[in-house]
Amino acid sequence: MQFALMIYHTPEEFAKRTNDYNDPQLGAWRAYYKALVEAGVYVSGDALEVPETGTTVRLREGKRRVQDGPYADTKEQLAGFIILELPSVDTALEWAARCPGASLGAVEVRPLAPEAKRRGFTG
Amino acid sequence: MNGSNQEDIQSAVGRTIERVARESYGRLVAYLSVHTHDLASAEDALSEALVAALKTWPRDGVPQNPEAWLLTAARHSHIDVIRHHQVVLEREPTLEFLRESSTEPAVSDTFQDERLKLLFVCAHPAIDTAMHTPLMLQMVLGLDAARIAQAFLIAPKTMGQRLFRAKTKIRCGGIQFEIPQERDLPERLQAVLEAIYAAFGIGWDDMVGADQRARDLAEEAIWLARVLLQLMPGEAEVQGLLALMLHCEARRPARRGPDGRYVPLSAQDPKQWSLPLIEEAERHLAEAFKRGRSGRFQLEAAIQSVHAERARTGCTDWAAIALFYEKLVRISPALGTRVGYAAAVAEASGPETGLSVLDAIEPERVSNYQPYWAVRAHLLHLLGKGPEARHAYDRAIGLAEEPAMREFLIQKRG
Repeated sequence: MQFALMIYHTPEEFAKRTNDYNDPQLGAWRAYYKALVEAGVYVSGDALEVPETGTTVRLREGKRRVQDGPYADTKEQLAGFIILELPSVDTALEWAARCPGASLGAVEVRPLAPEAKRRGFTG
Repeated sequence: MNGSNQEDIQSAVGRTIERVARESYGRLVAYLSVHTHDLASAEDALSEALVAALKTWPRDGVPQNPEAWLLTAARHSHIDVIRHHQVVLEREPTLEFLRESSTEPAVSDTFQDERLKLLFVCAHPAIDTAMHTPLMLQMVLGLDAARIAQAFLIAPKTMGQRLFRAKTKIRCGGIQFEIPQERDLPERLQAVLEAIYAAFGIGWDDMVGADQRARDLAEEAIWLARVLLQLMPGEAEVQGLLALMLHCEARRPARRGPDGRYVPLSAQDPKQWSLPLIEEAERHLAEAFKRGRSGRFQLEAAIQSVHAERARTGCTDWAAIALFYEKLVRISPALGTRVGYAAAVAEASGPETGLSVLDAIEPERVSNYQPYWAVRAHLLHLLGKGPEARHAYDRAIGLAEEPAMREFLIQKRG
């Protein structure tokens, strides 16, 4: 069964992001990623750029409405996602608790729709 | 009477109800369910009684015997609840029992304490082991499903459903409310003790691991062990468990630095340990040993007792700890015990020996077990195996849940 771990950051966490390889925060994420891979549960995932770089598109009455910024106007914003292959939601919550993003922001755990339903979407 | 005075009374009564509810919850649920086996109805009846208390006590004053008052009120609503819930035909004897008992004098000062039976029901072999502790926390301490779910890292709705299923099984599955026979007692008691210790936090390992969620439950677990000891004063393992938890609890203030950073046991300042708790633990352990029946919890408490010695002697007798661990591994070869044994052996006879104990553990069992990787990393580091140590540190960091532990390991990895 596959689960998405959706990682939400506070503005402070987004502000703290660096590209310095030796940054301890990055080190924690790297170690978490390695633990997922070595446990054989990692499927895919990625980090997202800061929310200000987002653009939200809607089509209303045949017209495009384009808006700067993220879709939801909330303090915590989606910062990345990880897809995991796991036996149960219990184990998914365990991995979410270990995620470095859980101690400051939040991690939402949601099952992916079953294969058959997904094939309906993707053909 | 002016408004603020009224508020004072309200909040004073509120506190009294809270206290009575906490002290009496398990006793009342046990008493109400011992014949019906219907825990959910007993809970409903008790919560209605508590609501009634909140309404009438501020007006009429707190009754002389609050527990007896609650029992009488709960019995009345219990009859209604049972009528509502059950097919009357099937439950006629139950209703008969309740009718009889509800006509007893309302303020009988004492009633039979049936909590021991309730504890054995919660940890019954027919109930999923994973539900033993949640059931105990709910039925004996009155914690709600949401709080239990927090502690067990399970969605509140899921925990509610699992508790409901377990209670249904207790009501309909032929589980007896009784003290087990002599022949079954050791095994059945072991299950009760394990469930209490699970509440304290299995992750409360000395070398590593400090479970945030366990901390909130530590007090509740100690309270449960005290209740159990009161009910079974002659059992060495009950005292062993209480001694073990008190020893760990004594070190709580020393487990974090002033800046919130994680402090491993070997770096803790014994002056910060709680002497009264250590003394109480030692008293229980000495009494337990006198009974001459060794067991898992007495051995674990003995290990903690050796650690506590450092407050007096300034050093740790690792050879003694390794010896206790060796006995412990023989009777209870849990993963945590084997990792603890490896750490103790490493201190007593060198990191190489400790590492060989770790190597003997089946790899598939440890892939997600954080303490294993933390100890392994430490030993590899001591042996000067840099790249292997860093790899193990990464695994330990990646599996760590607590930010303080993660920081500590990142620092050590360098």
